Amino acid sequence: MSAPPPHPDTAALDRRDLAWYVDKLVAVLVFVGGVSAVVFIVGIFAFVTHEGWGFVSEHFSLRGFFGSIRWAPTSTSNPTYGALALIAGTASVTGLAMLVAVPFSLGAAIYIAEFATGRTREVLKVLVEMLAAIPSVVWGFIGLSVMNPLIIDVFNVPIGLCVLNSGLILGLMAAPIMTTIAEDALKAVPDTYREAAEALGATRWQVTRRVVLPAARQGLLAAVLLGVGRGFGETMAVLMASGHAINLPTSPFDSVRALTATIAAELGETAVGSTHYQALFALGIFLFVVTFVINLSADLIVRGIRKT
Amino acid sequence: MVEPTPAVPAAAAEPAARFTGFSLWYGTFQALYGVDLQVEAGRITSLIGPSGCGKSTLLRSVNRINERLGYVRTEGAVAVHGVDVYAAQNALVQVRKQVGMVFQRPNVLPLSIRDNVIFGHRLHSRGAGRTTRADEDAIVEGALRQVLLWDDVKDRLNRRAAGLSLEQQQKLCIARLLPVKPRLLLMDEPCSALDPKGTEAVEELIWELRGEYTILLVTHNMAQARRASESCVFMLLGKMIEHTPTDEMFVTPQRQETADYIEGRYG
Repeated sequence: MSAPPPHPDTAALDRRDLAWYVDKLVAVLVFVGGVSAVVFIVGIFAFVTHEGWGFVSEHFSLRGFFGSIRWAPTSTSNPTYGALALIAGTASVTGLAMLVAVPFSLGAAIYIAEFATGRTREVLKVLVEMLAAIPSVVWGFIGLSVMNPLIIDVFNVPIGLCVLNSGLILGLMAAPIMTTIAEDALKAVPDTYREAAEALGATRWQVTRRVVLPAARQGLLAAVLLGVGRGFGETMAVLMASGHAINLPTSPFDSVRALTATIAAELGETAVGSTHYQALFALGIFLFVVTFVINLSADLIVRGIRKT
Repeated sequence: MVEPTPAVPAAAAEPAARFTGFSLWYGTFQALYGVDLQVEAGRITSLIGPSGCGKSTLLRSVNRINERLGYVRTEGAVAVHGVDVYAAQNALVQVRKQVGMVFQRPNVLPLSIRDNVIFGHRLHSRGAGRTTRADEDAIVEGALRQVLLWDDVKDRLNRRAAGLSLEQQQKLCIARLLPVKPRLLLMDEPCSALDPKGTEAVEELIWELRGEYTILLVTHNMAQARRASESCVFMLLGKMIEHTPTDEMFVTPQRQETADYIEGRYG
C-alpha cells in the first residue's frame, strides 16, 4: 500500500460489479433487437425487389399491368400479366370489409371507452383482444363452410364465395384491431374535457359526440387506416372466401381474386426465376408499397396527435 | 353547534343549496360526516379547511360530478333551490343546468373560443326553436363582456381556446357557464393555477358576479376567503365545524378548531 486513494468513495465509483456487466450485456441485446427490425424490413424489401425486378424491367408496362384484367401467366401461346382484376378484387373486398368494420369497431370502441364501466369494460377488452387472435384460416373456414351456404340460401345465388362473403369475413377480422386502436385514441382524450362537458349538463352521448370524438378524430382515422392495411394484406381468409376467380366485380355476389391470394396460390407452382415467378414478386412489390404507405400515414397521424 | 343566523331577509329565505345530514363515502373511506349546511342565495360563500377536509368533495356533491368516479355512495340530501339533487337520476341534466362549475385548472374544451362559450347553450336549447347565428353572437358577446374578456378576444373568436393565457382560459370557463343561466356557481380553487395578477383579475370577476349568482367557493387560501367572500364555512376531517359571516369568522371564531386553523396552528 503506497499512496492511499484521495477519498474512499473514488474507488467505489469506478467499481465494475456484476450489475455493471449485466447492464452492458442487456444494452447490447436490446440494441440488436431494435436494429433487427430495420434490418428485416430493408432486407425483405430488397429481396422482394430483387426477385421481381426482372419482370419490372423487361415486361412491365403501366397499361399492361394496371390497365388489363387478363392475368394469364400460364398461357403457353401468349402469357399476359394484367393485375387490374386482382387489384379490383382486393380493393372491393377491403372496401366492403371497411363498411362492415368501421361502424362495428367505432361502436365497440365508444362503448368500451365511454359507456361501459368496471367489470364490463375489462371483460370486453379481453374478449376483443381474443377475437384478434383467431387464426385467419379459421375465419376462412367459416367463410367457406358457414357463410357460403348461407349466402346461397338467403340471396338465392348460384355461389356464395364472393365479394360479400370475403368482405364480411375480412371486416370481422379487422374489427378487433381497429377497436383496440380506436379505444386507445378515445382513452387519450384528457378526462378534464369530459368533466367540463358533464358539469355543463351534457349527457354521455353529447360528451362523446361533441367533445371526445372531435378530439380523437386523428387517432380514429389512424385506426381505420390500419384496418385498411390489414385488409389489403390478408391472404388466407380471402383466398378461401372470395371464390378466387379473375373477374372485375360488378355486384357483391361476384367472385373475385385478391392480390395476396394470387401470390399464395401460384408461387409454389412456378419455376424460380421464370417470368411468372418474377411477376408474382412484382405483385408483392405493389402490395408492399401500398401497405407501407397506409401504415406510414397511420403512424404519422398518430404522431401528430402526440405533438398537439 | 351554533346555527348561523340568516343575514338575508325572510323573503329570500330559500337557500341556494341545502345539505341535510349529508354523508359521502369513496369506497370504504368516509369523506363527509352528516353535513348540515345552508348556502344563502345571492352571496359568496367560501369553504375553507386543511387539505383533505372534504371541502372539494362537498362542492362536487352539489352537481354530483363526484359520481364520475363510480365508487361513490351517499346518504342524506342536497337540495338546490328546493330540488333534491339526489332524488331522481333523470333530473341530473336539469340540476347541472342550474349549477355551473369552475375547476382548479382551466379546462377549456378543445374547440374555438366561440364554441366554448356557446357549448352549454347549445346543449340546453334543444327543441326550444333554433337559435340563429345572430342570437348566438349576442349570447357569446354578452357572456364574454360579463367576464371582462370581450376586448381581449373579440378579434379571435374562432381561434382555439387552448391558445389563451391561463387567466383568460379561466375567465372563459366562467363565461361558458353564463349562457345557460345557472343560479349557483361552484368554484373549486379557481385561482390555484394562476399567477398573482391572474388571481387578482379572477377574484375581481367573482366579486362582480356576486348578487346575480350565488357562489360557493372552495379555497385553501385564507386571505382569498377573507377578501372574496361574504360568508365562510370551516371544515375539518369531513365535518362542518363553523359557518358564519366572513368578517366574524376571521375576528371572533366561535370554535377552537377554527381559531387554531386561522392562526395557522395546523393546515
